[in-house]
Amino acid sequence: MASVHAPQVEPQAPALSTGSATTPARRRRNVVPYVLLLPGMLWLVVFFVVPMITLASQSLQEGSVDQGYVFTGNVGVYGEALSQYWEQLVRSIGYAASATVLALLFGYPLAYFIAQKAGRWKNILLVLVIAPFFTSFLIRTLARQTILSDGGWVATAAKTTHVTDLLQLLRLTENDRLMASKFAVICGLTYNFLPFMILPLYASLERLDGRLVEAAGDLYASPREAFRHVTWPLSLPGVVAGTLLTFIPAAGDFINSKLLGNTNTVMIGQVIDAQFLRVLNYPLAAALSFVLLVLIVTLVAVYVRRAGTEELV
Amino acid sequence: MRWIRKHLLAFAALAVLVYMLVPNVVVALFSFNKPSGRYNYEWTKFSTDAWQHPCGTPGICDSLGLSLKIGITASVVATILGTMVAFALGRHRFRGRASTNLLIFMPMATPEVVMGSSLLTLFVMMGVPSGSGAILIAHIMFCLSFVVVAVKARVAALDPRLEEAAADLGATPVQTFLRVTLPLTAPGIAAGALLAFSLSFDDYIITNFNASPSSITFPMYVWGASTRGTPVQINVIGTIMFLVALVVVIGGQLLGSRRQRAAA
Repeated sequence: MASVHAPQVEPQAPALSTGSATTPARRRRNVVPYVLLLPGMLWLVVFFVVPMITLASQSLQEGSVDQGYVFTGNVGVYGEALSQYWEQLVRSIGYAASATVLALLFGYPLAYFIAQKAGRWKNILLVLVIAPFFTSFLIRTLARQTILSDGGWVATAAKTTHVTDLLQLLRLTENDRLMASKFAVICGLTYNFLPFMILPLYASLERLDGRLVEAAGDLYASPREAFRHVTWPLSLPGVVAGTLLTFIPAAGDFINSKLLGNTNTVMIGQVIDAQFLRVLNYPLAAALSFVLLVLIVTLVAVYVRRAGTEELV
Repeated sequence: MRWIRKHLLAFAALAVLVYMLVPNVVVALFSFNKPSGRYNYEWTKFSTDAWQHPCGTPGICDSLGLSLKIGITASVVATILGTMVAFALGRHRFRGRASTNLLIFMPMATPEVVMGSSLLTLFVMMGVPSGSGAILIAHIMFCLSFVVVAVKARVAALDPRLEEAAADLGATPVQTFLRVTLPLTAPGIAAGALLAFSLSFDDYIITNFNASPSSITFPMYVWGASTRGTPVQINVIGTIMFLVALVVVIGGQLLGSRRQRAAA
């Protein structure tokens, strides 16, 4: 069966084959996967792994864009980066975590409904979840500006029902506006990454056998207990995948904080972007970018280990 | 009251769906606006001007064309490379499988701003000029993993006995691949390609790090407009994108269900 994919392929990567090959057929079977992998993996190594190394190297260089950079091993830049921008870094993690929790709270009922209760509406509802995703992310974020704008009916309604006061009390807004606030940024982040939460949740809830929940009921579990002991644990792979797919892009995002926030809601992505492309302080920007990468990889590794899900991809 | 309690889940689901769809409705609605100033934020007057002249603002359709070109090229290349990887992972046992999976997962677990900026440092060091070539390289890179995930699921679900049956019936390996394997995995490949296209078409953050002033993609145009003044044409194009996506996705679903019925 292995010969189905590339029968004409010569064993051109002997270094990669396992070496136990003796007969030609066997050797071909060993080589086929590597031949299939080679172009894609090469692309990822050259344009994903190598850039991580150049990023780290860039952070340890000194110089300027005009005169060029020399590697000096200046580790001090990391201290500078952290002392200047720790606030934005912590804020990014905080906003991303809030948005992830909100997306889980919003996404779970919808995913559950589509997977278990929607019947023949299932496909239509799935399309409606995915469809917004196909309209430019930026255009939709600009639309959210319109929705939350000062004179708009959402802002007016929030003011008359004293929701704005509540938000102010919770320090989610600084004045009586909805726009240009922490509230708006977190709303935007939640909204933007909701499909990334809903789709994995849906995938694991769809596989959930409804009879298991019924069985729990037959064994005198209350609906709440049935959810806690049956539905939730079985949907955990979806929860883990969804939270990761929401948290990671949200932590690095700066579109929402820039378009919906103010100077007190600046996130780390915004700083990296500005340092690279406007201030042109490449070493500092590279250091910040590297710190963000390490921070996220660490958080993700700890989280995945605690959640105990091995196969995410 | 009991009725409400019984349907609480449906109401919650509906509310979330509304929250997700409201921006699209606003985009469509404001495509018929005739704003008084440079910004299209406040409803002023009904007008179909922008729909009659969707390219009416300088640069907008050039940027759209560039985004389509990059999106199509990136998704084709990423789909080919990603499908090959997915077949290797879904079909073969080989050494280095775990590290391959990790390498596929990593780009999805890396914030875009890190990928964009690290590529910038690579291109600066290697002297690769920024512009559409650099953007294309970046887009293929971050689309690849998503294609692999979409196709791999389909390959893994494929019943190997079908291919064996084809071989037993005298099909050559090439025939088996073209007439059995490929048609059965096509929905996954199509989904991967569609996802790749939409990711590429929509990307701003990574693109921004690798673009030059002569390679303004559509998201970059929109970003620029958000500081200069937003032409109504943006809303027109956003609405068209939404409708096209809806048609493509629903069409794909209908095709899929028809094939399923035919197969049953």
